Amino acid sequence: MESLEQIEARAEAAVPGAKIDIIANPGPANQPSLLIDNEHAAAVAQFLRDDPALRFDFCSNATGVDWLDRTVKKTTKIKQLVDGVEKEVSETTEEFFDGYLEAVYHLYSIALKHGPVIIRLRTTDRAVGARLPSLTPIWRSAEFQEREIFDLYGVRFDGHPDLRRILMWDEFEDHPMRKDYREPDDFEYEPTPHDEVLERAKQHYSARPQLDGAEKLTAEQ
Amino acid sequence: MSATGFQELEQAPPRMSSRLEGELMEVSMGPQHPSTHGVFRMNVALEGEIVRKLKPVFGYLHRNHEKIGENASYLGSMPYTDRLDYFCSMTNNWAYALSVEKLAGIEVPERAEYLRVILAELTRLQNHASLLGFLLSDMGAWGTPLMYAFREREKILDLFESLSGSRMMCDYMRFGGCRVDAGEDWLGRAKKIVDAFPKFLDEFEQLILSNEIVIARTQEVGKLSTDLAIGAGITGPMLRACGVNYDIRKVDGYGIYPRFKFRVPLGDHGDTYDRLMMRALEMRESIGILNQAFEQIPAGPIMNPKVKIRAFKPPVGEAYGRIEGPKGELGFYLISDGSANPYRYRVRPPSFINLTILEDLCLGHTVADVMVILGSIDIVMGEVDR
Repeated sequence: MESLEQIEARAEAAVPGAKIDIIANPGPANQPSLLIDNEHAAAVAQFLRDDPALRFDFCSNATGVDWLDRTVKKTTKIKQLVDGVEKEVSETTEEFFDGYLEAVYHLYSIALKHGPVIIRLRTTDRAVGARLPSLTPIWRSAEFQEREIFDLYGVRFDGHPDLRRILMWDEFEDHPMRKDYREPDDFEYEPTPHDEVLERAKQHYSARPQLDGAEKLTAEQ
Repeated sequence: MSATGFQELEQAPPRMSSRLEGELMEVSMGPQHPSTHGVFRMNVALEGEIVRKLKPVFGYLHRNHEKIGENASYLGSMPYTDRLDYFCSMTNNWAYALSVEKLAGIEVPERAEYLRVILAELTRLQNHASLLGFLLSDMGAWGTPLMYAFREREKILDLFESLSGSRMMCDYMRFGGCRVDAGEDWLGRAKKIVDAFPKFLDEFEQLILSNEIVIARTQEVGKLSTDLAIGAGITGPMLRACGVNYDIRKVDGYGIYPRFKFRVPLGDHGDTYDRLMMRALEMRESIGILNQAFEQIPAGPIMNPKVKIRAFKPPVGEAYGRIEGPKGELGFYLISDGSANPYRYRVRPPSFINLTILEDLCLGHTVADVMVILGSIDIVMGEVDR
């Protein structure tokens, strides 16, 4: 199989205007992935499937990942003149990254028996109703899996033939695989107009906490 | 008008008007139905007895396995994987252990690799045997074939129990090896059971595979085309029944599978009979692999001593590992943020994705065929719903 750099270069040449980045994977598994811009995702996917040297006809796994907003603290040591004496002072800068939802596809080729090539699509934000292009027209195996991503992460796939909830029931409102999902106390509980009950309900539905420790996630920095 | 009033009746249009023709009746099959292999529902639109539309409905057994996995430690997820496909806990363990080993770059000792192959192939034997029994039971052969299959499965489950302490929820494998070693007596017992297995297969195949009713019910029923199968991500015996030579044991050669000589059985028609046949043939190949493994298994450690299983923290990164489970490609996708529990834990369940084409297979067939087709897909709801 060609290297990921070659695939990226050829895909960018084949689909004019496509913007593809290679996301490194620092772990020992050594499975880097291709980040494709949403506008050209379907065309690039079609190229990956139909190109005679690649022929990724089998989309094995499609799944979502939720990346929260995070601030990365960087501590740098700089030399400064303090009272005429040169001293080393550490300075902390904070950088803020917006969270996003991601769809990850693992592609293999049954015809040529190679793989995997991993492609990722990213939404711009984590808002409910974030959109991504559907790859179900290219690989039918994404049909149920994209429905599952929609159900559990709340990503809407444009062009999906039958986008409904699949594991949760249709009336369910939230998206349980999101990192900041909070389970209701009781699914059948309806607040009645008693002070203490209302108080409890208010407490429960207060602002969602952000997770701590997310700044460690430096998979793509 | 006649005194009896019959004349009017005779003149009236017939009550069963032809308007009913082409009218669809919606039937909800399941979730509590003996042939749905658990709690699974299909919304079927019927024209007479012919299926015109079919929408599967899942989620009755949904417990958000993946969220539980994100909140549990890496080791803590291992017993949960038993509950995915509760027929094949050994292969579930292996797929998860393989992914974690990829994620953290862990080597597995020789003897542990052999034990894994032995247990995975035993799992394949009992899964395929009981699938054939269930399928026959779906076709109306109540009891007998299923009991024949379960008699053999019982022997294998006894082996699992004496090795791991549990019949179905084995929780046997660990990243970097296996939990307990198999003694010589265990290997001897396993060998005896495997040696006796071909006799059961001969008997079983004679009983069912040339049976006229089985042939009438399965041949040309639920035909799956090669292109659709590949496009829809169908894996395992279902894919190979369409004649696609794709076995992950051969393609990826994970573990020590390249050392074994075995053939990959392929079908010609992709119909239900081929899928049934595929299981019977795969069992024969598994027996071959098992016999080679019993001969070659070396002495030695079963755990990589460098692995710290408790408070295990793999480096930052992600990995996707997959194996050829009895039902198809079973994969685990893990993202590590360097902490003690995975940031993302994803199961790629073969029976869930194999259900994608259920509607395509059933259209134009009768209701009775739906059950046979569903049975031949080989689903376990613990894995479909997660």
